[in-house]
Amino acid sequence: MALLSENTRLSSTGSYALEMDGVARHFGALVALSDINMKIAAGERRAVLGSNGAGKTTLFNAVTGDFDCTYGRIRFFGEDITTIPAHDRIRRGLRRTYQISQLFDGLTILQSVYLACRGVSRRRFSLLRPRDRDANMEQARSILMAVHLYDDADLQVATLSHGRKRQLEIAFALAGAPRFILFDEPAAGLSPTERRDLVAILGALPSHIGYVIIEHDLDVALRVSEYVSMMHNGRVFKEGTPEEIENDAEVQAIYLGDGHG
Amino acid sequence: MSSIDALRDPNPSGPAFIRHIGAGNVILAVLLILYPAVASDFFLTQIGGYTLIFGMIALSLMLLAGYGGMVSLAQITVVGVAGYSVAIFGENSSDVMGFGWPWWIYVPVAVLFAAIASALIGLIAVRTEGIYTIMITLAVATAAFYFAQQNYTLFNGFPGYAGLRAPEVFGVNWRDPLPFYYLCLGTASICYAAVLYGAQSTFGLTLQATRDNQRRMRAIGYNTTAHKVFAWFLSGAIAGLAGVLLVWFQGRISPGTIGVGAAVNILIIAVIGGLRHPIGPFLGSILVVMMQTFAIDIVGAERFNTLIGLVFLGVVFVSPDGMLGLWEKAKPYLKQNSLRPDP
Ligand SMILES: Nc1ncnc2c1ncn2[C@@H]1O[C@H](COP(=O)(O)OP(=O)(O)OP(=O)(O)O)[C@@H](O)[C@H]1O
Ligand SMILES: [Mg+2]
Repeated sequence: MALLSENTRLSSTGSYALEMDGVARHFGALVALSDINMKIAAGERRAVLGSNGAGKTTLFNAVTGDFDCTYGRIRFFGEDITTIPAHDRIRRGLRRTYQISQLFDGLTILQSVYLACRGVSRRRFSLLRPRDRDANMEQARSILMAVHLYDDADLQVATLSHGRKRQLEIAFALAGAPRFILFDEPAAGLSPTERRDLVAILGALPSHIGYVIIEHDLDVALRVSEYVSMMHNGRVFKEGTPEEIENDAEVQAIYLGDGHG
Repeated sequence: MSSIDALRDPNPSGPAFIRHIGAGNVILAVLLILYPAVASDFFLTQIGGYTLIFGMIALSLMLLAGYGGMVSLAQITVVGVAGYSVAIFGENSSDVMGFGWPWWIYVPVAVLFAAIASALIGLIAVRTEGIYTIMITLAVATAAFYFAQQNYTLFNGFPGYAGLRAPEVFGVNWRDPLPFYYLCLGTASICYAAVLYGAQSTFGLTLQATRDNQRRMRAIGYNTTAHKVFAWFLSGAIAGLAGVLLVWFQGRISPGTIGVGAAVNILIIAVIGGLRHPIGPFLGSILVVMMQTFAIDIVGAERFNTLIGLVFLGVVFVSPDGMLGLWEKAKPYLKQNSLRPDP
């Protein structure tokens, strides 16, 4: 009996892309994240909303292993990843973009995305120059096509405009075979056209790839998500469908700029 | 096209192999091969050989600092590992150690030991960043110096080892000026070409990307620590090759060879030359070796370090990219004067 229930528990956790049990993160005396319990199904598209300093980015950092969480466990497709290094989490199919672009200024766009494709392949180490027809090179080009950077492939990253840099962030997240992506304010600072492009790119993702998107712009957030988690002071205080959230009095109060802080 | 690109990028015209290697490199190679025709023995070894050897040591630092963003003061220590290995496993006249192995065994062993020592230093250093990397490698270099000076069983203490010599192979005595110059030129060229090629290899891109943004590198699946330590290993192999040539040339090795002054000297050579392109360390090496050889006669030994210091400050003040950067700065003016179209 015990064995059977253990098995059912395992298979049920397996259907979740991401599970967080009591995740917390402290910075000295500051509690940036406390008692986060989130379950996100494989293929689910989730928005995380919240005021500045609510702990959204900290949540991502804990999941990707950019830094350890102080308490709690994190599972990725059923596997406990709480203590494995960041790069191993990425190799298992987790991807992320950063709120503040984290790019390679000395490289070109194509070289950057090529490295991202290589990084999650088995051949990430090689002393040879990549051939033009290298499989990862080809994949990098098709990703650049998807994020509208193909024509700029050979530009130096340091010279790019803000919008281009945000597109490159997205390109990093699409490398290899992503299973689940964390987008940290991908629309921040984009023009209306660029926002439309972004929404189109998110919409075009294969349905088995789930994501969490942090987004301040309610318009964008509610359009690209099926479910919304609201954060405040390091806690999730409300979850619901985009409609429920949109019509919630408390949420409206926060987004109109009063009643929090 | 900038002068640095001329060394790196294919020239759009000309025979295929020249286009592949780069016109600048071909011209440089021809000049260096013909150099013995005009150079005396003194200029072949004391200037040519020394420049190439110290250029290689500075190149090993350029690889780490330029592509990896890791500034090491322990390169001379790695040179010393190879040098002492030659003395211990080969022949010496100091009646200590000296296993008398043939050169084709002790050279690879010496280079391998240097590479491994460098990787071990790297293993400690990659936990740190920026100024702390410099401090920790300086600590390693200092510790190695005092250890070599005080340990007589392995390092023969203060006197070190003498009587080291380049072997005779294929009937050529490689200690003679002309063969030794070509030996240095060949070895330095291989290292230079390898770094030039490697910079655009997958590993080279990985290293540069890690320098630019280590956090992002982890977030696309790279174990950055492992890649950085491997860079130390490669750098150590280059420094090790230079170390073998250095002790063959000097005929001896003692703690003075790996002292703190020598360690700083390597950094000065690399920075004066420029860390952005593998030719930089060799440019810096020419300047410093020339100054060491000739300026001592002019300004005297006590003021020599002052002179090097002033030149260093001068170059770095005018151009943070060293002599490479000076050249880049001068180019537009030269171009304007020679290529200005007639009104
Ligand atoms: N590395 C750090 N060291 C110290 N405190 C930090 C660190 N990272 C985040 N914090 C603090 O943790 C809290 C949550 O920050 P976080 O970046 O997660 O907020 P956020 O919800 O992403 O906000 P924003 O909308 O501004 O991006 C803030 O008070 C922040 O100052
Ligand atoms: Mg944030």
